[in-house]
Amino acid sequence: MTAPTVTSRGRPAVGPSMTPTIALGDIAAITKRNLLRILRTPQLLVFSSIQPVMFVLLFRYVFGGAIPIPGISYVDYLIPGIFVQTTLFGGAAAAVGLAQDLKGGIIDRFRSLPMARSAVLAGRTFADLGRNVVVTALMVTVGVAVGFRFHGGFASGVAALLLVLAFGYAFSWMFATIGLLVKDPETAQIAGFIPMFPLVFASSAFVPVQSMPGWLQAFANVQPVSVTVNAVRALTQGGPVHHWLWQSLAWTIGILVVFIPLAVRQYRRT
Amino acid sequence: MAMETMIEVEGVSKAFGSVKALVDVDLQAEAGRVLGLLGPNGAGKTTLVRILTTLLSPDQGRARVAGLDAVRDAAALRSVIGLAGQYAAVDEMLTGRENLELVGRLYHLDRTERRTRAEQVLERFLLTEAADRLVRTYSGGMRRRLDLGASLVGQPPVLILDEPTSGLDPRSRMELWQFIEDLVADGTTVLLTTQYLEEADRLAHRIVVIDLGRVIAEGTSDELKDQMGGDVLELRVTDLAQLQKAAAILAGLGQGQPQSDPDQRRVTVPAKGGAATLVAAARGLDDAGIGLDDLGLRRPSLDDVFLSLTGQRPSVAPAQAVDADGSRRSRRSA
Repeated sequence: MTAPTVTSRGRPAVGPSMTPTIALGDIAAITKRNLLRILRTPQLLVFSSIQPVMFVLLFRYVFGGAIPIPGISYVDYLIPGIFVQTTLFGGAAAAVGLAQDLKGGIIDRFRSLPMARSAVLAGRTFADLGRNVVVTALMVTVGVAVGFRFHGGFASGVAALLLVLAFGYAFSWMFATIGLLVKDPETAQIAGFIPMFPLVFASSAFVPVQSMPGWLQAFANVQPVSVTVNAVRALTQGGPVHHWLWQSLAWTIGILVVFIPLAVRQYRRT
Repeated sequence: MAMETMIEVEGVSKAFGSVKALVDVDLQAEAGRVLGLLGPNGAGKTTLVRILTTLLSPDQGRARVAGLDAVRDAAALRSVIGLAGQYAAVDEMLTGRENLELVGRLYHLDRTERRTRAEQVLERFLLTEAADRLVRTYSGGMRRRLDLGASLVGQPPVLILDEPTSGLDPRSRMELWQFIEDLVADGTTVLLTTQYLEEADRLAHRIVVIDLGRVIAEGTSDELKDQMGGDVLELRVTDLAQLQKAAAILAGLGQGQPQSDPDQRRVTVPAKGGAATLVAAARGLDDAGIGLDDLGLRRPSLDDVFLSLTGQRPSVAPAQAVDADGSRRSRRSA
């Protein structure tokens, strides 16, 4: 039996100091680990996909008839909102996943290894982005099946989906921060939903903002979910795009700028 | 022979709010030796482990491993240590092999090297057959073996094992002990925390006893026993109701506070006086009309040392149950 040789004397060769290439390798390793975890819990992927599908059916066939939208069919109005909602809910997995890793102790192992400090968080959010790509593709299929169409053309349609994914990615950093703060998977699950509800429901995702009371409109008109849904709607259905697009991109970048340092700081502290 | 110091802790203190987890702790571990850090739950063992593995910074003092400072040289220090134990973990949703290769990748070994090392570790820890199964399906013992294995992938000269066998059944515990002894035979320096005396007694060359964040004793197992300064008087009462009364009588005869164990109907007290104390005890107990099942003098166990130092009964290792076979038991002193 050949055992790993272990030296007791002298200082062992310390590996090369951290370079961007090494850091990228570490991020890739952790991303792969998280993607394997996602693939190996298919039940989670299935159930987290059923929920948005039910939202589609509920709003398309139950509430939809009672929500008149001038100049556009409700299904075309609804599905951009569903895209954004789905990627946001998907991002909440980062909160649960990191809390699980903290509780299970594997973060301690990672932090005691000579790896890039950024890899655990970057690998987490990249894996969730990968999952969101799959879930978004599914929602496009479901949307088209219930009557949604990309009226804005192919390039605009692709741009709309990329915007949705970027927006969801930014939010996964917020959820990562929440997961590291609460440190408990069940709490993380619930805590993750708290910011989500006002953002998703007090928005233009399902109903026109004009139908809300004035004080709520003031919030609903400017908050990130509304402007992103409006941008996606404009890209897929036509209409003025730039106004909403730059606001949505500004929110996306703003969220990244605020939450990446917060998440990293919290990771270093835990 | 002059020994090289591999782990050096000097005046380390750490507080969490008003809770003092560590107070001015000093300790050294020599190269190729096992230092046992023994203490009850909440003594501060894990805090010290977290400082030595760069997961936590000390409020005061210095901790160094292989000459590298745990704060200043944290990044370099991480490449000379392996951490395993109750809080470090493996990924349940990966296979044993994937776990080891992931760790190898994070030590920045190239593909061939990490495959070879993963294979070696699997072989060494008898996990070859289970290598491609998800860790979720492993038994507790297999998981700990993989955990210990994962800490070896980077071939670190220093291993830090935080209660590596807590919660394991006796057989798995014995297996793990054997693996740790083999590693030490290969020259690895080990810092081992445990609340099991049995474990410290068997594995550690030197033992540091820690309680409430302070080092309260240090030495080899034998030195610690000698610190008791003589024998221990031990009795078992027939009637549990007379336990307190018997303890009160011994209090006046022995050196130090008698320890009562109602489960065993047993009272022990350090007795430097030897036979004279025994005779006095027999007389006193007889006068008081206390019925005895047993009365005698014996050499102190690490158990007695721990009890007299911390005032509490240590955790009993389930391994004591298999001690009957006696064959695996080897006491070593430096």
